[in-house]
Amino acid sequence: MCLAIPARVVTKEDANMASVDIMGVTRKVSLDLVPEANEGDYVLVHAGFALQVVDEEFANETLDLLKTLPFFADEAGIDAALLEEAGTDPALVEEA
Amino acid sequence: MDLSAFRDPTIARGLIEAINDTAGKLGRPVKIMEVCGTHTVAIAKNGLRGVMPDNVTLLSGPGCPVCVTANEDIDIAIELARQPDVIVTTFGDMMKVPGSYSSLAKEKAEGRDVRIVYSPLDALSLAEKEPTKQVVFVGVGFETTVPLIAAAILRAKEAGIENFSVFAAHKTVPAALEALVNDPDVQIDAFILPGHVSTIIGQHPYEFLAEQYHVPGVITGFEPVDVLQGIYMLLKQLEEGRSEIEIAYHRGVMPEGNPHALAMVEQVFEPVDADWRGIGVIPGTGLGIRDEYAAFDAVKKIPVTPPPPKAIKGCQCGEVLRGITLPFQCKLFARGCTPEHPIGPCMVSSEGSCAAYYRFTDYGKTA
Amino acid sequence: MRADRILLAHGSGGTMMRELIDEVFVEGFHEDALKRLDDAASLAFPGSRVAMSTDTYVVHPLFFPGGDIGRLAVCGTVNDVATSGAKPLYLSVGFVLEEGFPVEDLKRILVSMRDAALEAGVHIVTGDTKVVEKGHGDGCFINTAGIGVLEDGVDLSGSYCKPGDKILLSGTLGDHGIAIVSTREGLEFETSIESDAAPLNALIANVLAAAPDTRCFRDPTRGGLSSTLNELAMASGVSMTVQETAVPVHPQVRGASEMLGYDVFQVANEGKMVAVVPAEQADAALAAMKTSPYGEDAAVIGDVAETPAGKVYVFTSFGATRIMDMLVGEQLPRIC
Repeated sequence: MCLAIPARVVTKEDANMASVDIMGVTRKVSLDLVPEANEGDYVLVHAGFALQVVDEEFANETLDLLKTLPFFADEAGIDAALLEEAGTDPALVEEA
Repeated sequence: MDLSAFRDPTIARGLIEAINDTAGKLGRPVKIMEVCGTHTVAIAKNGLRGVMPDNVTLLSGPGCPVCVTANEDIDIAIELARQPDVIVTTFGDMMKVPGSYSSLAKEKAEGRDVRIVYSPLDALSLAEKEPTKQVVFVGVGFETTVPLIAAAILRAKEAGIENFSVFAAHKTVPAALEALVNDPDVQIDAFILPGHVSTIIGQHPYEFLAEQYHVPGVITGFEPVDVLQGIYMLLKQLEEGRSEIEIAYHRGVMPEGNPHALAMVEQVFEPVDADWRGIGVIPGTGLGIRDEYAAFDAVKKIPVTPPPPKAIKGCQCGEVLRGITLPFQCKLFARGCTPEHPIGPCMVSSEGSCAAYYRFTDYGKTA
Repeated sequence: MRADRILLAHGSGGTMMRELIDEVFVEGFHEDALKRLDDAASLAFPGSRVAMSTDTYVVHPLFFPGGDIGRLAVCGTVNDVATSGAKPLYLSVGFVLEEGFPVEDLKRILVSMRDAALEAGVHIVTGDTKVVEKGHGDGCFINTAGIGVLEDGVDLSGSYCKPGDKILLSGTLGDHGIAIVSTREGLEFETSIESDAAPLNALIANVLAAAPDTRCFRDPTRGGLSSTLNELAMASGVSMTVQETAVPVHPQVRGASEMLGYDVFQVANEGKMVAVVPAEQADAALAAMKTSPYGEDAAVIGDVAETPAGKVYVFTSFGATRIMDMLVGEQLPRIC
């Protein structure tokens, strides 16, 4: 019901259409619902339409907030072996 | 903008720890329900049930718009496909769903012109390319999708396209949540609220849950970190005795939603009653096309009378959709009802709860 | 031959068919064995054990980014024969052409097949063609059957996987399926992703030489990696787990899959190989893959365990586990 993915607006075109980039794939979508979107903005794309501009500031705020969780920096609670398997350098976590 | 951080394993692990800690402090068992099929899939695909503490149960609710579409509506779509010179266009989601007698996929196999499209705009282009045919778009979905259909109808009107119409079987979510909360069989402590439905409708329509019923809700995104954050915030509310509607999915949901999109929906659609499989008729939860746009209403343009609908014997989709029965508790789950031979929509829909359990977990299956 | 479209007469065994064979097929394939126009090819065979495989190709569209039905028809059967550990040698080819099919398109397909055969080092030695009435075929269907020679001592099978073995994948997942869907009406999008259709017999030979105890090879075609691993797990009665972060996927394939709601593990590949190798030979096998044609992105993606038998799991990036489920029917784009 809710499959929408972030895409970068590359060029705005006529009739409220835009060309967007999703990890290198490009497609035309409609900006009917978000006519104020600009080139360079990220939008949520659902079934060929942009639903909303993705707010980068809010994205960063959320991530910063999550990183202040008491458990994030708790090394005892995080299995270093698990992290290594997942490809993250455990040293980075210790610094956080 | 690098959004891959919302899949970051260290953040996810941190949230899992936080969830376990908070659930421990809470002590009592709690049931959290998600009401968006895409959350059903996100939870299953990321194996999140397996990392939940023992006292937290994640239930799937009626969030799959395909699953809650009544047999009658599927039968109408099929009947439309059987009319001469009609091309039925649909999202892929609807193709395999069984109605009373058939499915759109079966009709296609029998030679009817049924085509999958990614966007209602594709259906509109098709109408322009095939002026001698009537192109009908099967409109199923919640508020995420409704504005798109409204936009497509408005574009059709402006361009003077006369052979395009929509079979409007959309539904709206908030009132269904109220029906669930009022249902004596259903006991939900908190809701994971749909991310992209809320992108459109915002926070306000859910407030009654917290204010009237004291049930907390958190509007959540779909990456693993998003879902875990949503669950964490709900557990914190429960632990602290709060009941509020919070937005975890800040980057994708504004408290006021998308007013422009809402205005377009208001322009083209009006509330009507809708029949939800498993729940029954919920007044005002359907969206009918206003008279002004009747030229784009498929059932007015191409009246059809499908044979009387038939309920599926033994199917417990209704109970599964309300979270009363877990998929693997249904008598037919994996015994006669499988994705290959589905009996009800919960098993065949790409985001039906039964399909999610069957495909991604070991529950209920014999070796 | 003057006709620019295939006619029913071209399939009827008379002079027009003779013209088609001489001027289009034999000319196109450029094979000595075919020039003799015998009903059967008699072939030199350097060994005592034969591996044989057949496949029929009905892909639509016939021409797609990175390849066409002809290339698929040669590579697919070469790969199937090679997975047994055999050296592919000879192919037969059967065509079913639809009345009205453009001869120019047929010629393009034949050139593709000839080039793929040359690359794979195999010969197309015998063929057949039939023509069906318009509306009774999708332009062109091709069947190829292939034989190869198995050296003594080579014994591979999907039922030989053992707990402790490593699972290797020769490169990026999903390229072919995404390239095809990008051309589909109603779903089009722009991408530089091309089909990965390629002959992998050289890669397989290199891996076998470096890791002689390799249990089996299999190419993840229809149904993708998930079908392949589920089949192997069931055949061997073992369990398999794939590390999600270890699987190479091109960002554009990921983007397109997310947009359409596809599961990358279920998308078809036509130039990739899975190998199950005993742990102590995994490094050698991987090195051999990476230095072979089409194997530069190879990776070790998972392992084999004892139980639960027949199940395949995905270990997600943050340590949760879920089942890698097999495709049911067709994978359809979804918005939910």
